[in-house]
Amino acid sequence: MNPLDDALHLARRDFLTTTANGLGMLALGSMLNDDGLFATPAPASADPLLPKPTHFAPRAKNCIFIFMEGAPSQLDLFDPKPKLNELDGQPLPESMTKNVRFAFIKKESAVLMGSKRKFAQHGSSGMVFSDLLPNLATCADDLVQVRSMHTDQFNHHPAQLVLACGRATFGLPTMGAWLNYGLGSESRNLPGYVVLNAGRGTSAGTSLWQSGFLPSVYAGVMFRNQGDPVLNLRNPDGLPVELQRKGLDVLAQLNQARFGEARDPEIASRIAAYELAFRMQSAAPELIDLSDEKPETLAMYGVDREEPQIKAARAGGPGQYKAYAKNCLLARRLVERGVRFVNVIHASWDHHSNLDQELAFNAGMADQPIAALIKDLKQRGLLDETLVVVAGEFGRTPLGENRGGSKNVTGRDHHPSAFTILAAGGGLKGGLTWGETDELGWGVTRDPVHINDFHATMLHLFGLDHLRLTHRYQGRDFRLTDVAGKVVKGWLA
Amino acid sequence: MRATPFILLIFTTFATAGDIDFQRDVQPLFAEYCLECHGPDKAKGGLLLTNRDAVLKELESGDRAVVPGNVEKSALITRTLSTDDEEMMPPKKKEKRPKPAEIEVMKKWIASGAEWSQHWAYRPIVKPAAPSTIDGFVRAKLAEQKITPSPEADRHTLIKRVSYDLLGLPPSPEEVDAFVKDKSPDAYAKLVDRALASPHFGERWGRHWLDRARYADSDGYEKDKARPDAWRYRDWVIAAVNRDQPFDQFTIEQLAGDLLPNPTPEQILATAFHRQTLTNTEGGVDQEQFRNEAVFDRTETTGSVWLAHTVGCARCHNHKYDQLSQAEYYRMFAFFNNADETNAKVGTSAAALSDFEKKNVTHSAKLRTLQDKLAKARAPLFDKLLDWEKETNARLAAAGKNKPEPEPLLIKSLTSDGGTTFTDREDRSWTAAAAGKDKETYTIVAELPEGQISALRLEVLADTSLPGEGPGRSKNGNFVLTEIDVRTEAGAVELHSPTADFSQKGFLVAAAIDGKPATGWGVGGAVGKSHDATFRFVRPIDGAKTPRITVTLSHQYGKEHTIGRFRLVGIEGETSESIVTVELKRLLAIGSEKWTNESKEQIVDWLVKFDPAASAAADALEAAEESGPKPPLMDVRVLAQRRTPRETHIFHRGEFLSPADIVQPGTPAILPPIKGRSGEPDRLDFARWLVSRENPLTSRVIVNQIWMHLFGDGLVRTPADFGVRGDKPTHGELLDWLASEFMDKGWSRKQLIRLIMNSATYRQRSDARAELIDIDPRNTLLARQNRLRVEGEVVRDLHLAASGLLSRKIGGASVYPPMPPEIAEISYAGNFKWTESKGEDRFRRGMYTFFKRTAPYPDLMTFDCPDANTASIRRSVSNTPLQALATLNAGTFNEAARALAGGALKAAGDDNARLSRAFQLCLVRAARSEESAVLLSLLNDARAYYATHADDAKKMGGDAELAAWTSVARIILNTDEFITRE
Repeated sequence: MNPLDDALHLARRDFLTTTANGLGMLALGSMLNDDGLFATPAPASADPLLPKPTHFAPRAKNCIFIFMEGAPSQLDLFDPKPKLNELDGQPLPESMTKNVRFAFIKKESAVLMGSKRKFAQHGSSGMVFSDLLPNLATCADDLVQVRSMHTDQFNHHPAQLVLACGRATFGLPTMGAWLNYGLGSESRNLPGYVVLNAGRGTSAGTSLWQSGFLPSVYAGVMFRNQGDPVLNLRNPDGLPVELQRKGLDVLAQLNQARFGEARDPEIASRIAAYELAFRMQSAAPELIDLSDEKPETLAMYGVDREEPQIKAARAGGPGQYKAYAKNCLLARRLVERGVRFVNVIHASWDHHSNLDQELAFNAGMADQPIAALIKDLKQRGLLDETLVVVAGEFGRTPLGENRGGSKNVTGRDHHPSAFTILAAGGGLKGGLTWGETDELGWGVTRDPVHINDFHATMLHLFGLDHLRLTHRYQGRDFRLTDVAGKVVKGWLA
Repeated sequence: MRATPFILLIFTTFATAGDIDFQRDVQPLFAEYCLECHGPDKAKGGLLLTNRDAVLKELESGDRAVVPGNVEKSALITRTLSTDDEEMMPPKKKEKRPKPAEIEVMKKWIASGAEWSQHWAYRPIVKPAAPSTIDGFVRAKLAEQKITPSPEADRHTLIKRVSYDLLGLPPSPEEVDAFVKDKSPDAYAKLVDRALASPHFGERWGRHWLDRARYADSDGYEKDKARPDAWRYRDWVIAAVNRDQPFDQFTIEQLAGDLLPNPTPEQILATAFHRQTLTNTEGGVDQEQFRNEAVFDRTETTGSVWLAHTVGCARCHNHKYDQLSQAEYYRMFAFFNNADETNAKVGTSAAALSDFEKKNVTHSAKLRTLQDKLAKARAPLFDKLLDWEKETNARLAAAGKNKPEPEPLLIKSLTSDGGTTFTDREDRSWTAAAAGKDKETYTIVAELPEGQISALRLEVLADTSLPGEGPGRSKNGNFVLTEIDVRTEAGAVELHSPTADFSQKGFLVAAAIDGKPATGWGVGGAVGKSHDATFRFVRPIDGAKTPRITVTLSHQYGKEHTIGRFRLVGIEGETSESIVTVELKRLLAIGSEKWTNESKEQIVDWLVKFDPAASAAADALEAAEESGPKPPLMDVRVLAQRRTPRETHIFHRGEFLSPADIVQPGTPAILPPIKGRSGEPDRLDFARWLVSRENPLTSRVIVNQIWMHLFGDGLVRTPADFGVRGDKPTHGELLDWLASEFMDKGWSRKQLIRLIMNSATYRQRSDARAELIDIDPRNTLLARQNRLRVEGEVVRDLHLAASGLLSRKIGGASVYPPMPPEIAEISYAGNFKWTESKGEDRFRRGMYTFFKRTAPYPDLMTFDCPDANTASIRRSVSNTPLQALATLNAGTFNEAARALAGGALKAAGDDNARLSRAFQLCLVRAARSEESAVLLSLLNDARAYYATHADDAKKMGGDAELAAWTSVARIILNTDEFITRE
């Protein structure tokens, strides 16, 4: 069956199942049963989100990408450095900082800053977490902890582009866009790429979920976790659902009549788009309505928990704990409904100062819900096919930040040369700690993983060869991994 | 994937032509399978497949890739046919392999002598002799395939098409009626002429250009600050398009207007084209990195807009496919590397400024004389910059070494216009009596010690006798020092760079010397403690010659926000703070070799203060400006040539921290050579070269872009890529003919558009034809017009226009139509406030909506508006449920539905007549009876509903009748036909 037939078939099926009064059904039916007039339509008219075959057998079907925007401190969460504590207050040898550019640190007077956190091993794997992550620590045996990540950029927006698109260039598709482009969407009632945003607004804004040079149908759609989940989802005030339905039936008739004359497949696509919109109007509110969740589940995520009363300037104001918990739970509900890529974003983890208090606040916010999400997916049998990633755009310096030469050092600067991310499920090993950094956490000493390698591995889990998932744009076959990327075989279960 | 259609094309044409054409048949195979390794970048094994000489050379292996006439000896064929893992080409790991038929083509090409011809886009533009009309070229091709063209569209469709294409607005029912009834033979031609003459044409086609210019109202990147002047360039574009500025001049002014002899302010403003690049003001960025990013963007945008080449591919290495080396990339980069970012004063509009000047001839002439005088007095100061750098650095190095803490000044007299009395204390401070007036000004005469006094420190002291323990006299102990003034017998002492140990938010110490009585320095949040502020003197005072100063402390905030206890300290000798401002210190730290024009202007502004002639000239100008009427001027971001040029290096792998060889400005060797006006070519020479008759690309590229806007696709379907991986023109001769015509007719866009729109090819019906689906599924042969979904801005415009809400005001500052609050919240740290516009600005055309790069207006983005981060040559067109939700439910579109319904209800007649009116307003034609029937049935259902649901009707914005009609109007507005150019 060719793609347009697929699209029309779907449109017809949906009409048959959703059109209450049958108005317009006959006309569409006859249109679709036409005499093969459009047997080979222009390829542009095919539904671009139809599921597509993979390059090889996939392990993962969906991805939940939890983005800790601003970059959390790996040295205070994952990667303990006793030597750093020992040298607290000492300058770093010039040889180490000679060719390094910092955002804010003044090299001449910067000194190392130890971590006040306590670290311990967890699970049978003995994976290490700091005391800020007691819940995630209980998922140790399901996680890969990658301590050897590195990236190219040390400012937020460019580095966020690398993490989202593989390169610090504008106009490129993001991971979620590539996955929907490569695999299509399994969801007929929801977009294939959903963004749940919380906190105070990110550095990269909408470029974090852009489709770049791919058609905008692959771009992320921002959902809210209360009120109207999707922009413009609700009928205008005073317009009841029955008039919306009747109106759409009339609209379909008008559009079908036009299709009968112009024979433009775009009209058929538009008819289908209006029907999907109508279905989204009920599917999206149903998605965010948690009344069918068990109280234990809500408690596990911490949907109703209270947050500590501290002034966390960067976290985005009060209510973050509840919002974050709800977003993690919604992420599960989204993948259950076939949404390919869910991006859970929180801004910000950019702790240039007040690191101890603010990181504690943020970790307290994220730890329980993310752990709950992993466990919940696991007990529902969804973790095997759902890749969960927890990452920032870079790491933070072992040096304390002395912006403007200040003596009052309470935070860390941007650090692209070594940082830690977590991943679970989707065909990854559990209980694996990957890579090593030097005794100060400055550079990677074993098994370095560039973002491009991470992307290559991610695509591999989805049954896609990162060298073959390409899109030709202006004469070049572009990839998510730009001109690099190696699959990290050691992570694969 | 594009591969399929062109391979299909090869075989259809090959089958009929019977012989091999290198460009048509062979070169695409090289581009698809070989050039990645055997192109200009790598030339693996010594094989370079970009010209005949190179292909015939002996390879590293000793073989020859191509031996003309001898297929067996040609490694190109033997390696391609080889099944040996080591030998085979493309290498075993490559997925894409030539098909047997394609290998046959290469064999035939070699057998017949391996003739080579230049890539089509680099050949000179030669005007084909015949058939020399658009229809002639198109119909000749159709005839080859025995296809008849489609008939002309009906009049309703034609007027809608012309109106959508040229204006982006629907024609009024009256215009439609007049056109349909106009039986004159040139009725259609007049229609096109009228539209071309409309000022809305400049909006519609200006917006196309703004896509290329990556126009936006904000900086981009994390902070994404607003650019409140950006719209001025948008106005420039609209005006230039409306007056049909020849495209060559349009090009020259935008790329190098500043370098023209005696440029007008409007010509300088035009250079804002390349100020649409992003600016990264994120904390801790390396400015040089992002300066280079902007220059990369200028180079690459110019490459894609004028040359339709992906020059960006050569930033890090030689181009993989096209004949563009990395060195050539940096030669083009060099033209822009010496263009600095600066600001210029231009009229808020060209008309406003000339009106002003006409009305104020004498005053303008006086100002101009004074400006000239100042410029003359400033000129020699530019020669002193290096001396100043040296001296100031030396002063800075010597400054502030071990000076003992000075004694506070002895105050000889202290009075207040509010009658406050003061008590002096042992520490030379004075305390005010508790009771005072709301606003007071203190006048102090103090004695100066001998020595060079470079700054004055005002210490405001806590005191238990004051409310809240001071240091101020307001209820809580605060004060607001709205202005401080220091004088000697010789006159006012100029102050700079104030600093304070603490300033209240919104009450910074700088506000105490800004000349504005409404602003000032306060310490709210830290009252009950002593504070101090230091004010530096631009010219130090010699205490030996000037024994006294008079200091005035003004408190105009009110509510007794006056200082309660204070003393003054004269700072002797220089400190690093007293010598120059913080900003100038930053420039000194950068070093003179990196100063931009803007930095030099800044330094000269400072030097003027020390130069008697220049400072007199500046004072005179300032006084004249103050006294006379204010000209309508504003600052805009523009480009200016550096006075001392930068050297341009090739950057190894595109990394600005790895400079390699130095290159001179120049153009790619594959294109005609560039000549400088005198010696080395500059940006102006480059702009002129782009639009020279010899350049084979620009005219073809621009003609193709214009064609694309009128047919949905260009004659070259990859409008941003005319290189070897791009598509070949579907009608090469037509493209060349149009490109020649375009230049012959003085690069007039309006004439070219008129020519195309008057062709029968353009006027055809757009309905698909069943018999052509197999032969020409993508309508490359143009046997019909295409149906095109309009752009996001125009979706909005059509709704507002059809419903009568649209404001037709042209130009001016960007506006803020209603937007859901969560969109502004996406922006970084919630730093963006969207303050809704009022009145008609709520209903302006989509192109005037403030465009914030990191949180753009959702209705525009949902309909595929480009993100303005990179130049957009062609928009993508998607068809999504989010679009449906927007036009069904979003605020603006609902308002339009309600207004359309309201208008219908005002019309005379029955339901049918009213419906016809609404239908006609939107769809430019009468409703057919079936259409009326279903819409009326919706109307009656809605009436029945609202008759019993008055509350819901009210929510819809009125009574039951309006609500019912609104629910019908929104369906008409949501038809595919309404937002489609047919």
